[in-house]
Amino acid sequence: MSDTTLSRADPSHVATIQSSYMAEVQRRRLYGGLTLLIFVLLMVSGFMIADDRNAGGFWEGLSQVGDYPAEVLSEAWEKRADLPGLLVKYFPALIETINIAAVSTLIGAAAGLVLSLLSTRGLARWPRLIGLFRRIMDIMRAVPEIVIALVLIFVLGGGPVPAMIAIAIHTAGALGKLFSEVAENADLKPVEGLASTGATWGQRMWLGVIPQVAPNYLSYGLLRFEINIRASAILGFVGAGGLGYELRNSMAWGPGRFDEAAAIFLLLFGTIVFFDQLSSRYRNRLTEGDRT
Amino acid sequence: MLEIDALTKRFGPNTAVDAVSLTFDKPAMIGIIGASGAGKSTFLRMVNRLTDATEGRIIFEGTDVTALKGKARRGWQSRCAMIFQQFNLVPRMDVVSNVLHGTLNRRSTLATMFNVYPEADIHRAIEILDRLGIAEQAPKRAEALSGGQQQRVAIARALMQDPAMILADEPIASLDPMNAQIVMDSLRRIHEEDGRMVIANLHTLDTARRYCDRVIGMRHGRVVFDGRPDQLTVGVARDIYGAGADFSESATSTDLETLDRQPDAAATAKAFV
Repeated sequence: MSDTTLSRADPSHVATIQSSYMAEVQRRRLYGGLTLLIFVLLMVSGFMIADDRNAGGFWEGLSQVGDYPAEVLSEAWEKRADLPGLLVKYFPALIETINIAAVSTLIGAAAGLVLSLLSTRGLARWPRLIGLFRRIMDIMRAVPEIVIALVLIFVLGGGPVPAMIAIAIHTAGALGKLFSEVAENADLKPVEGLASTGATWGQRMWLGVIPQVAPNYLSYGLLRFEINIRASAILGFVGAGGLGYELRNSMAWGPGRFDEAAAIFLLLFGTIVFFDQLSSRYRNRLTEGDRT
Repeated sequence: MLEIDALTKRFGPNTAVDAVSLTFDKPAMIGIIGASGAGKSTFLRMVNRLTDATEGRIIFEGTDVTALKGKARRGWQSRCAMIFQQFNLVPRMDVVSNVLHGTLNRRSTLATMFNVYPEADIHRAIEILDRLGIAEQAPKRAEALSGGQQQRVAIARALMQDPAMILADEPIASLDPMNAQIVMDSLRRIHEEDGRMVIANLHTLDTARRYCDRVIGMRHGRVVFDGRPDQLTVGVARDIYGAGADFSESATSTDLETLDRQPDAAATAKAFV
């Protein structure tokens, strides 16, 4: 049963390997320790700078953090009888908000899909332009939605369309980056197989890459939809309509309409939970369908 | 030392392992053979407690293993090491770190998260690698190694656990004949030199015959054969695999020496070509 390949090398040889590996371990530990030290220093200094520049001061304000939510909750609790009526009253606004989110997610995801394939190494239609498409996506992500929305509201007037365009632009940039990272890990063999049959770039992407990455794309898209529901609510603050507009009016301190604010928060929370449940169920079916 | 009592595992309406009862008195090298889907893997996974049994008990030196929970269960898992068909190493970590994973049960979570291990353990890991003939690979990433080398790293991880027994689930099914022989020789040597029990699921009869002291045949979740390797005749093998009279084991053999030992089989093979 003895085998030459299993015989031990001479002991000094093992000692060499041991000491060289230990040296490497020491070096890695040193680097790890230094990284940890830099991380801690950055955390502490960052916190101190933020605390200095803060108008009120973190420690003094900490005790008052609960004041606003407490007042909202207590007032909403006093007027709890009105809540069902308010939920019904704001439901149309919620539909408008979801509408903005859905349309902008669809448009943004379609644009992100094209941008991602154009900017993935190994898949790009024009490999030299990868950098260009990446920078385009960077710009789309870099400009805050609220800035684009404000500019568009100035040009087009208030309403849901500027909000939709603003969110779609940000979504295209954000999803494009995530999609492209997924596409980078896709198996290139099916693509090569399709190329060998004389398929065009569009055919190779649609038939060779998309089936592999579809579950991941869908799950990123649904996550983005949740984010966009919240984003479209926020854009209501600057006059883009929907739930956000109502929320801004009701949550200001003073007029005593915190019951309405509570109703709107409940609607938003319920919507997010609903779509989260829906998307996880749908996603599970998609991935399980792949296995069988 | 190990007693299996009516061990059963059901997945929905399917019974993967059906009331298996076995007794192992002393450490031995045991081979389990059977067609795929016969319940071999599920059986080993239940012994390691990777999978929970539906019914029945596993008793090791007086302890009911199937009843262990939490820390005690993880303690048991560290005493019965497992080797997998696809090696199941962490591909992006170096070989020594992978071997050191054998000590995870004894170390604190925080220290191991930062990859901090005692120097003595590191030295021992490299000695074990040397025993298996792959000490030179110590600093490389596991994914950079060949299949046979990776399986030996997995064996080194198992040895690092200092286990009472080693469970090997198809350890050579994804290896070429040369590497399969090295891995099986290593397992046999571990049994002989260290006195550890080795239970291996095997997919070829000649491997079971050549390396094992006792062979167990499974079919549809039941034990249909339990005996010495020399009792494993072609007729018995046909029963285990549910094969017809055209069954020939040399056709599936992966043993390098089959060709030398069985010139008639080689001649038959040639005739087929």
